[in-house]
Amino acid sequence: MIISIASGKGGTGKTTVAANLAASLAQPVTVLDCDVEEPNLHLFLHPDISGTEKVIAPVPEIDLEKCTLCRKCMEICRFNAIAVAGKTVVTFPELCHSCGGCFVICPEQAVTEKERVLGLVETGTGPVPDMKFAQGLLDIGQVMVPPVIRKVKTYRAQDPGITLIDAPPGTSCPVIAAMKDTDVVVLVTEPTPFGLNDLKLAVETVKLLGIPHGLIINRAGIGDDAVYAYAKNADIPILMEIPFDKEIAVAYSRGELIIGRRPEYKEKFQTLYQDICRLADPKKCAP
Amino acid sequence: MKELVILSGKGGTGKTSLTAAFANLAPSLMLCDADVDAADLHLIMAPDIRQTHDFVGGNEAIIDPERCTACGTCRELCRFDAVGEKDGGFFVDPLNCEGCGVCVDLCPENAIDFPQKTCGQWFVADTRFGPMVHARLGIAEENSGRLVTLVREQARKRAREAHIDLILTDGPPGIGCPVIASMGQASAILIVTEPTVSGIHDMKRVADLAAHFRIPAMVCINKYDLNINQTEEIETIAREKNIGMAGKIPFDPVFTRAMIQVQTVLEYDENSPASRAVKEIWQAVTAHPAMKLERLM
Repeated sequence: MIISIASGKGGTGKTTVAANLAASLAQPVTVLDCDVEEPNLHLFLHPDISGTEKVIAPVPEIDLEKCTLCRKCMEICRFNAIAVAGKTVVTFPELCHSCGGCFVICPEQAVTEKERVLGLVETGTGPVPDMKFAQGLLDIGQVMVPPVIRKVKTYRAQDPGITLIDAPPGTSCPVIAAMKDTDVVVLVTEPTPFGLNDLKLAVETVKLLGIPHGLIINRAGIGDDAVYAYAKNADIPILMEIPFDKEIAVAYSRGELIIGRRPEYKEKFQTLYQDICRLADPKKCAP
Repeated sequence: MKELVILSGKGGTGKTSLTAAFANLAPSLMLCDADVDAADLHLIMAPDIRQTHDFVGGNEAIIDPERCTACGTCRELCRFDAVGEKDGGFFVDPLNCEGCGVCVDLCPENAIDFPQKTCGQWFVADTRFGPMVHARLGIAEENSGRLVTLVREQARKRAREAHIDLILTDGPPGIGCPVIASMGQASAILIVTEPTVSGIHDMKRVADLAAHFRIPAMVCINKYDLNINQTEEIETIAREKNIGMAGKIPFDPVFTRAMIQVQTVLEYDENSPASRAVKEIWQAVTAHPAMKLERLM
């Protein structure tokens, strides 16, 4: 059972929901921070990191001894990552999408592939009992985000184990990479015009992927009621409301969980899990 | 011409609300929304759209079942797991297709078409503060970086034509492809952060990115009074990283109220604590050496 926590708009409370849900569950859980540009879950769950794995992508290296300057590599590359200039071949690894086209097409076997590091996956456990943890960390200046997310997702639990994914904001390729092949998506929004606008985009994204989804309204009370009307019209179940509470906001600022400050929320998050299960395929749900 | 790009790393720290308020303070400017993925600036600017253009962002491989002999070459070659098999035939999953065209070029039967695809739209609009260029990337599309680059190029071109000296760009969250596309050649970036563990963590990463590309950076702290200790930590980090402190905004519900009224905070309540803080920040930002307009007014 893989549950993605997503939002469209950033800063609506994805990480808050993921962290509190993970810490409230009675069952073992694997938590994956797939917001690899800005992973924050570790700041709330404080896992003991015990392993790291580099995320690498192959990029071309040209053997100029073998190269006949036939330009086939340059012609096949749609990302302008190889250029034949005069009597030499220049590569631009930061533009390379690692499709392997140049490597395959070179008639002289003059293209070999070397490794470029895109980022890192860190893995660990606890201190929440029975929690496994993995997060991706994109290297500064790198742009190839989806391969790092896909690497983090290789650490998912096997069914019927529970995997929680903290997804990145937005609606484009990083979000798709995070949400794809998950059983259910929990969308977190805030009741403001920005929150609603971006929620609608997120719902379109989830619908495109055909994944069952429900809604959490965070900071309830700060804005207007438009999001409730939208959820009703669009037939999206509201799974939980977290009212705006300055004490919760202050606790968040320090990296504390809601359930630490408001213990009654632990039960609410356990109920949330049961409700999420009902949205997804119940067969996949851990009891 | 100067361009200020508003970034944050972490989403939801107030980039767009602050951009809108700055638009209120600049005597003349071009607005640019570089968050093409989940754009919100138009919700305050209520732009009057003058032009709509398609964004052709790449190509998509499509296997023609008539010509396909199901040899499986494309599937072997594809490194993105985009080629699937169904009922003895092959198909390309557009969600996985990277648009590299390797299968297209190497299919022995020439059975794969590679049409260009429209990945979104971009707009040229008028607002009550000046012209604006913004965009909408299609759902689940790639190439957000290219659309950001396009929107910024258009903003620059149109600003030059209209003799506008200042471009204000609302950036996307994160530090990946669209963020890098939004900061190249910027005069300066302003990082909007908040005094939370996440805000600080993410601010550091976007500040390192700016340093990586040698773009001058400033920082301002939204909701600074939520946690004074963390605010002090941000100030210390800013000093260490040689980032100018542009100012601090108190926690103020006026931002949400203004948003609901389709107004900037200054339009909603010019004398609110947030509005007063925003004015001071704008003065600090425009006084930064990287932002000073050389032209004598």
